[in-house]
Amino acid sequence: MDFSYTVLIPLIPLFVFLVVGIFSNYLNPKVAGAIGVLGLSTTTLLSLYTAYKYFFEVGKVNEVYQTIIGTKTTWIHFSEVLHIDMGVLLDPISIMMLVVVSSISLMVHIYSLGYMKGEIGFNRYYAFLSLFTFSMYSLVVATNIFQMYIFWELVGVSSFLLIGYYYDKPSAVAAAKKAFIVTRFADIGFLIGILILSFYAGTFDFQELNNPQGSLILNGVGSSFMGLSVIAWALILMFMGGAGKSAMFPLHIWLPDAMEGPTPVSALIHAATMVVAGVYLVARMFPLYYFIDGGFVLQIVAYVGAFTSLFAGVIACTQNDIKRVLAFSTMSQIGYMMLALGVSGFSGHEGLGYMAAMFHLFTHAMFKALLFLGAGSVIHAVHSNMMKDMGGLRKYMPISNITFLIAALAISGIPPFAGFFSKDEILVAALEKSPLLFAIEWAVAGVTAFYMFRIYFGIFWGKENSYAHTPHESPWVMTIPLMFLALMSIVAGFIPFSEFIAADRMPFEAHFNILVSTVSASVGVVGIVVAWIFYKSENNIPERVSKAFGAFYTWAFHKFYFDELYLFVTKKIIFNGVSASFAWFDKKVVDDGMIGIGNATLNTSEKIKKLQSGKFQDYATWFILGAIALTLYFLSKN
Amino acid sequence: MNLETILKMQNELLLVAMLLAILIGEIFTTQQGKVKLINFTIITFAAVTLIGFFNQPNGDLFGGMFHTNSLIHLLKNGLNVGVLIILMQSAGWLKQDLIQQKKSAEFFMLLFSSLIGLNFLISSGDFLMFYVALELSTLPVAALAAYNAYKRQSAEAGIKLILSATLASGLALFGISFLYGSAGALYFDDLANLLQLSNLTILGLVFFFAGLSFKISLVPFHFWTADVYEGAPINVASYLSVISKGAAVFIMMFILFNVFKAFTSIWEPMLYIIAIATMFIGNLFALRQQNMKRFLAFSSVAQAGFMLLGIINMSALGVTSVVYFVLVYMFSNLGAFGVVQAISQKTGKENMDDYNGLYRTNPMLSMVMMLGLFSLAGIPPVAGFFGKFFLFTAAAGKAYYILVFLAVVNATIALYYYLKVIRAMFLRQSENPIPHFNNDVFMKIGLATASAGILILGLYSPLYDYIQSISNLIFN
Repeated sequence: MDFSYTVLIPLIPLFVFLVVGIFSNYLNPKVAGAIGVLGLSTTTLLSLYTAYKYFFEVGKVNEVYQTIIGTKTTWIHFSEVLHIDMGVLLDPISIMMLVVVSSISLMVHIYSLGYMKGEIGFNRYYAFLSLFTFSMYSLVVATNIFQMYIFWELVGVSSFLLIGYYYDKPSAVAAAKKAFIVTRFADIGFLIGILILSFYAGTFDFQELNNPQGSLILNGVGSSFMGLSVIAWALILMFMGGAGKSAMFPLHIWLPDAMEGPTPVSALIHAATMVVAGVYLVARMFPLYYFIDGGFVLQIVAYVGAFTSLFAGVIACTQNDIKRVLAFSTMSQIGYMMLALGVSGFSGHEGLGYMAAMFHLFTHAMFKALLFLGAGSVIHAVHSNMMKDMGGLRKYMPISNITFLIAALAISGIPPFAGFFSKDEILVAALEKSPLLFAIEWAVAGVTAFYMFRIYFGIFWGKENSYAHTPHESPWVMTIPLMFLALMSIVAGFIPFSEFIAADRMPFEAHFNILVSTVSASVGVVGIVVAWIFYKSENNIPERVSKAFGAFYTWAFHKFYFDELYLFVTKKIIFNGVSASFAWFDKKVVDDGMIGIGNATLNTSEKIKKLQSGKFQDYATWFILGAIALTLYFLSKN
Repeated sequence: MNLETILKMQNELLLVAMLLAILIGEIFTTQQGKVKLINFTIITFAAVTLIGFFNQPNGDLFGGMFHTNSLIHLLKNGLNVGVLIILMQSAGWLKQDLIQQKKSAEFFMLLFSSLIGLNFLISSGDFLMFYVALELSTLPVAALAAYNAYKRQSAEAGIKLILSATLASGLALFGISFLYGSAGALYFDDLANLLQLSNLTILGLVFFFAGLSFKISLVPFHFWTADVYEGAPINVASYLSVISKGAAVFIMMFILFNVFKAFTSIWEPMLYIIAIATMFIGNLFALRQQNMKRFLAFSSVAQAGFMLLGIINMSALGVTSVVYFVLVYMFSNLGAFGVVQAISQKTGKENMDDYNGLYRTNPMLSMVMMLGLFSLAGIPPVAGFFGKFFLFTAAAGKAYYILVFLAVVNATIALYYYLKVIRAMFLRQSENPIPHFNNDVFMKIGLATASAGILILGLYSPLYDYIQSISNLIFN
């Protein structure tokens, strides 16, 4: 089976980007939107077709899923060993990501037709969406780490452009810059990691790097640094890049601010696809993470994930901007995925965590995109992000209400919705590895249910606000994506993921753990009940409780003051302290030195200008003298 | 003469046929019909260029005086494309000139004669053929330089070029006679085996080298360059700077690598000295220029210095880097010269100050100019960056680190003056900017082809791989 057509999957959005981008001033917004949706539909069909062919027909050989290179070409050729390729790699996780990215992106493309209608720069918006989709596709199908890095940066750029979409709004510009700088800072680690890894491995290629029988994993490399092998250090640095993209503590500060972008963008980029790139990176290089230094780096991944999920969950309980609640919730859920990867083994049933991480990535993409799009629908109706401006909307927006409820039940882990199954697998995997991690995640499951129903009741129930004009349900282009995603949030949990995805590529049977699932579902129910008591109707319980928590509440409300901490470190210490002395050196020594060289060059040029006299006699003289001088010099040397 | 013989010389024969066709066509056309003759010539030549891309047989002719292979074909195709771009860029100017001066076909005839000379030059397998081809390629250009006969500067350019050329070819011939005297042969293959390192042969090598250096504008044989470029019509300057220089660089590399392969101890240090002198002199003079044509003249002197960095490494790597750079340089310079031509033709303005604020009135021209200059300066991701990068790699491969360092210093100086033009176009304001104008369709195609060449050579690596795969053909 020839998979070379898969190159079209990234190329079609690129083409759409070029067409809509170049002609953005001339195209009718309707046409631009139609081109975008049409292009995305085509790639979605191609992705689904590829998934069907791969999983059910050609992918599995002797019970092992194969890696298929759809197409590959050498982009820059430095030497036999060092060359940068561009290609399409198909394996279970890349195909799963293709399905996720294409379906969510398609929903967002359709939804935006309604949400962004009448906005200035509508065409620019669609061009950037296509640019993002192109980059994300190319990232997930990368055949080598360098291709991944290139598109890793390109999704960062698209994210920057889309967060700053409302560029006349200072807060949006600041948020775009913040997101770009923080992730870029993390990517320095990624790049250095890539360079170290490829230097020792002698290749960028994933297939060679990840081969469990390859020399890198079997023999490792001799050099070590501070008790860890250099490869482990490289993996830590690469995880730093992944943590930046996936908003893991302590590189999480950009994600809440990124909510300044249009809400569909938040759904696509900052909930479902780009922010899980870090998870995907670890999963992509899982054999290395697992085998190098006995899985030491994976433990880091696990604890960073666990801490972030708890930390972000607590903050989410205190926020009043519904998009920010969802942003912290995203961080918390990605923490789950990281943890699942971190506790995973490699072969057979031990690889449950790996499968669970991918499973949760899939279901989370569906219900979190739905939550964001539902929130967007509400924001569209009341023109505010703040919970205090909402309330009692269930009467006016029935579809948004039902779909949001389904998503909230899914993320809270209530059976039979999608989140229940994937979260359950993660908890089982965590329990097998460490009771502590299980306890943390179990608690976070309750917290998740609480904050999610806090905003659900706050938006759709509670006291009805006096609205300036009566809110009404969104147009069908916005509700159809909601309904589709709601359907996915119900059924996605029944997909037998372990049949398709496993760390060692050999499908296995995942067992259902009755005890764990009962315990996790009941903590979700408790969270919902508490939220019901607090927020179902207006009362002063929330106020009393927050007073009871006192300083801790204030602390959490201000996101544990991490933004302030970063500002203090960058502004006071780095800018004023360290940078000032560098600046002096730069101005006095480097600049003056360079100016001196520049002036000297100009002076020399002035002094020799008489050589070019314009007289042929002079030219001929130089000509002959030059020839004679060369002759004499080489004769004397002979 | 069987078919294969004809095919081996296909490009030369087609050019001669074109030359004759133009001559006959000229006789039978009226003054009004001559505009059509210009269009006809350009389109026919485009067809000739296209034919060149089909497979051609390799091998020797005339007992080895003429030889050809894939690498030479590639270069000939390159030269054809370059001349085609120049012709398209000059179409408007020629039509204007036709009405004013009542002449037409001699421009094409002179230009094609010179191109035929260059084709034979790079195919030559013997010093006699080499010398005749060298003359054939130079003399018509001297006439072309004086094409604007009523302009004093143009006449001066013609005189300076013909005098310098005579001096240079005399010197080269003198050098060749020493070689003949010591070995008794003129075929490159024979000389390669017979030449021994002696005072006489060193003298021959240096004189031959000096004579050919004139065509490449290496210091100190470069003085004519700026004066001729300034006085000659712009398309002639552009022909001299890319077509004639490119062919000369290739044949110099070929002769050094084959005939003088036992003389590396002499010509490597010679190239070393000349490369440094050429880069520095070219750049330091380019810094001061206000006239765009003189500016590009010195820039092309400096670029020639860079090319020597590749020749100094006698290996497939060196050959690849030089051939790739020549092609890149051709497109980059044609982009820049094309814009200068377009502006000069419409407004008569040729100074850097005149370009102030050009971006506001003529954005497309400014973009083409920027692309060309970025490529000349070697800014990634355009082709010029990779071109320089591979040249530096070649020189570094021979452990000439100081030379590479000095080349980097020069690349920095060059960046300054290229950016000066870009600053004028994009950042400077002007009270009296060049007004917006539309170019004729040939000019547009010419500029677009040059820009496309710059981008494609930079971003599409199989071209480099192809050159690499055939680079060994230079070693007989």
